[in-house]
Amino acid sequence: MADQTLPIPGALGVGRSRGAALLEWLHTWVITVDHKKLGILYIVYALFFLLVAGSEAMAIRIQLAIPNNHLLSPELYNEFFTMHGTTMVFLVGMTLIFGFGNYLVPLMIGARDMAFPRLNAFSFWMSAFGGLLLYFSFIGGFGLYGMGAAPDVTWWAYAPLTERAFSPGHNTDYWAIALIVMGFGTLGAAINTLATAFSMRCRGMTLLRMPLFVWLMVVASADTLIVITPLTAAQVMLIIDRYLGGHFFDTQAGGSATVWMHFFWIFGHPEVYVLILPAFGIASEVIPVFSRKAIFGYPAMVAASVGIAFVSLSVWAHHMFTIGMTSASNAFFALSTMMVGIPTGIKIFNWVATMWGGKIRFATPMLFCTAFLFQFLCAGLTGIMLAVAPWDWQLHNSYFVVAHFHYTLTGSFVFCFFAAIYYWYPKITGRMLSETLGKWHFWLFFIGFHMTFDTMHFLGILGMPRSIYTYEPDRGWTTLNMIVSVGGLIQAVAVLILVWNIVDSYMHGRSAGNDPWDAWTLEWSTPSPPPPYNFATEPVVRSRRPLWDIKHPEDPDWKYEL
Amino acid sequence: MSATSAFAGEPWRLPSRGRVAMLSLIVGESAIFTIFVVAYIYYIGRSTCGPSPQILEVPWFNTICLLSSSVSILLAERAIERGRIRAFASWWGLTMLLGIVFLAGTATEWKRLIWTDGLDIRTNLFGTTFYSLVGLHATHVVVGLLMLSLVMIFTLLGRVEERHAERIQVLSLYWHFVDAVWVVVFTVVYIVGR
Repeated sequence: MADQTLPIPGALGVGRSRGAALLEWLHTWVITVDHKKLGILYIVYALFFLLVAGSEAMAIRIQLAIPNNHLLSPELYNEFFTMHGTTMVFLVGMTLIFGFGNYLVPLMIGARDMAFPRLNAFSFWMSAFGGLLLYFSFIGGFGLYGMGAAPDVTWWAYAPLTERAFSPGHNTDYWAIALIVMGFGTLGAAINTLATAFSMRCRGMTLLRMPLFVWLMVVASADTLIVITPLTAAQVMLIIDRYLGGHFFDTQAGGSATVWMHFFWIFGHPEVYVLILPAFGIASEVIPVFSRKAIFGYPAMVAASVGIAFVSLSVWAHHMFTIGMTSASNAFFALSTMMVGIPTGIKIFNWVATMWGGKIRFATPMLFCTAFLFQFLCAGLTGIMLAVAPWDWQLHNSYFVVAHFHYTLTGSFVFCFFAAIYYWYPKITGRMLSETLGKWHFWLFFIGFHMTFDTMHFLGILGMPRSIYTYEPDRGWTTLNMIVSVGGLIQAVAVLILVWNIVDSYMHGRSAGNDPWDAWTLEWSTPSPPPPYNFATEPVVRSRRPLWDIKHPEDPDWKYEL
Repeated sequence: MSATSAFAGEPWRLPSRGRVAMLSLIVGESAIFTIFVVAYIYYIGRSTCGPSPQILEVPWFNTICLLSSSVSILLAERAIERGRIRAFASWWGLTMLLGIVFLAGTATEWKRLIWTDGLDIRTNLFGTTFYSLVGLHATHVVVGLLMLSLVMIFTLLGRVEERHAERIQVLSLYWHFVDAVWVVVFTVVYIVGR
């Protein structure tokens, strides 16, 4: 520390301790209403919980690696897979989409902030405290009796297991109330995203010129409005049952456990589309830039996204084929589920057509997106297999189902968001992530992913049910389970490489400049990181690729676009 | 024709963010009510014991009060648009009064159900679903009244002016929604379900 006063106003460290400076810095993050800072908070929060839920998954896989293992007790195993599912969906998935949405939507549409900055901060802190409440159950549920009090009723929490009689204590209450709190946060974020996209666009940014990521955030937010709210309603009913002695799901007083299943999956199935739609948006931004071509079939992409959102609302009971619905319901939900294949198929063809004949650069974001295309196709195909009711009767609640939805959520959602981290990290921090570490991350994660989840399909066909804490050695599942677990550990190593890359590149990474990928959307016209006001003058847009128009005035897009 | 000048003349109008946000909130709230209404309808006649919906009396007076509050708030919106603050204040006050009368009506109905008919939320499925659905709506009325009184306080302090018309209208959307939901709840609970 210099001991003479510098002639610079507000010079560092003069008359102020380091602790006070740190406190002030933290304070700016707590009180911030800037969409970029809140976006970063969301993303960091999501990455933290990705590590937490990932560790839970690792514990699960170590437990299942060999038969008759006693590393985790059955009770703790139940808590771990419940918390793994709940955390990954609500604390990682939802926060990642709204994190990137928060950061990128205003920048992409040429706005200076979200429509409601304070609502934005409120939404983030609601989600954040909801997550803390959920994890407080580990120590708060029964006091400090070991690890006995986290929710252990699975993330779909079927009634009547969740009723007072079968789940005494407070762990189920933690689950329900934490999700209600997070639900309010999510609802606020969704409303804010919609209002921003509709009411804050810069001049010339018509709806059909919005970048596809913004479009998909709009569709996902609209879906969120009608998807998260039924969950909140069902949780309120559950709380009424548990605290006020209600009978909604109390089968002995005429209540129905099936009604909970319907209410939960009315939320639960569209929820996975809420997660995957922004991932589609990321692929739709990354693939054109690294193929050096404009996106193929933009209007069809928009229409297909809206179509997916609508179809997704009528497929929920394919989670319930085994409860004995009528043949008519089975047929309806089988057919509606298969219909999802049409708009998603359109999207896959459009991405492939974008790459076709392009000058493809396989930088790390593009690698992740290419793997996503392949894996999402496989996930869709197993999805159509499971949509066939008789096939589902055979494989319901088996590892085949686990493999299927991890193909969508890990193989598609997580891969796209890894791509997003590599693609937008230079914009957010001003520094590039290391390509070498990125390639290591990609290939290890890719290999680990396929070892784990390809193998799980076979385990499911061999009859291994999900949610079991151990199995007998004579079942013939031993080798396959070991492969699954080793694959899981490889993925864990890959994620640790990503964490190291993020931390190390932040300090030593190559400087990025405004536009390291030679991209075309508005966020790349700002400095990296963007100033608090984003744009010094409000941009004016004439096409879907405003930066292309600036870089190529002799051949602008607006001459050709409809 | 140069690129920028051709563009500069075009008008650029966007929907109001308040309206978009309130409509989004209403869509989300509708989903919550849908779930509760579906649960109510599904559980009609499934109670294993205790009072049945026949004990309900149709709350005509309550309904008329709440529905006419939609008209009075509409008149308040008109008044503020034209900058007539005093008229606005009286229509706004009337709206609040009608909302309070509605709540009082619900309170007396519940008192009768609990003390005379012995129906509370624990009694049977009918009690659970009835108090949840009607209570959810009443909660929305309470929230609406809190927002209305906030505006009323600002009006009495002389802070509300003509330029706030749009915000007032956005808030009124919520009140209209609460009234519209009552039409559904009323029909399901007191007409169809009885």
